[in-house]
Amino acid sequence: MRVLAALVAGLVFGLGLSLSGMLDPVRVRGFLDIAGAWDASLAFVLGGAVAVSAIGIQIARRLTRPVFDTAFHLPATHPVDARLIAGSAIFGIGWGMAGLCPGPAIATLALGLGPSVLFVAAMITGMILHDRFFASET
Amino acid sequence: MTDYLPALMGGALIGLSAALYLLLTGRVAGISGLVGRLFQPGRPGLSLNLAFLIGLLAGPILYLALSGAWPQVRIEASPWLLGLAGLLVGFGSRMGSGCTSGHGVVGLARLSGRSIVAVLTFMATAIMTVFLMRLGGVS
Repeated sequence: MRVLAALVAGLVFGLGLSLSGMLDPVRVRGFLDIAGAWDASLAFVLGGAVAVSAIGIQIARRLTRPVFDTAFHLPATHPVDARLIAGSAIFGIGWGMAGLCPGPAIATLALGLGPSVLFVAAMITGMILHDRFFASET
Repeated sequence: MTDYLPALMGGALIGLSAALYLLLTGRVAGISGLVGRLFQPGRPGLSLNLAFLIGLLAGPILYLALSGAWPQVRIEASPWLLGLAGLLVGFGSRMGSGCTSGHGVVGLARLSGRSIVAVLTFMATAIMTVFLMRLGGVS
């Protein structure tokens, strides 16, 4: 059941990305281009997503465990540190360059486009490089 | 104006997905984490990560079936730029413990201080990158 739930959640995520316009790097970069011809529409994607996600979180806070597992697996609370800021800054530079972040990059693979495959291959390489050589002790 | 409603509805679906994943499996729908953990040997929950990503990949196909057209995808960056951007996105999202989904959709909704800092940081560098690339005529 857990695997089926994950599959359905992924499907809804991919459908939402497709409908939202987030799969189109030209639109994403237009949203980031606040000093140029700014396309503000994608702010509604984040707004809508956070609003609905927050309802889920409020419900989760009233539960002792999720439906298909014995406990919640939420990230432990750490203070803000240099890794968080440096990593996020690096991520943002790459996101701005290509207009693709991990979710949309994976979803666009469905269209069978060469540039998507190249981006995802490089992204996975970057992840493995980090996790093998730069991961923190924890 | 016609772009705003699909953006809002698409966003709501993304939020619904994150809520479903949290309430049903107890986990955060953070895509960089889901992908990154596939390549860490011995991590538990591999089948869950894989199932979510297969669903994510099938999302545009479901969109095609429902609407009769593929979602628009225009990737204009040159191959070398895409390769470099991909490396930075992969490396940075792992180092910063999340991306637009984990920190953005779930972290902001949890009012996590770390996620708020992460989102402000990557929005700022992404906006700056687009600005500088336009200024320098790089694409």
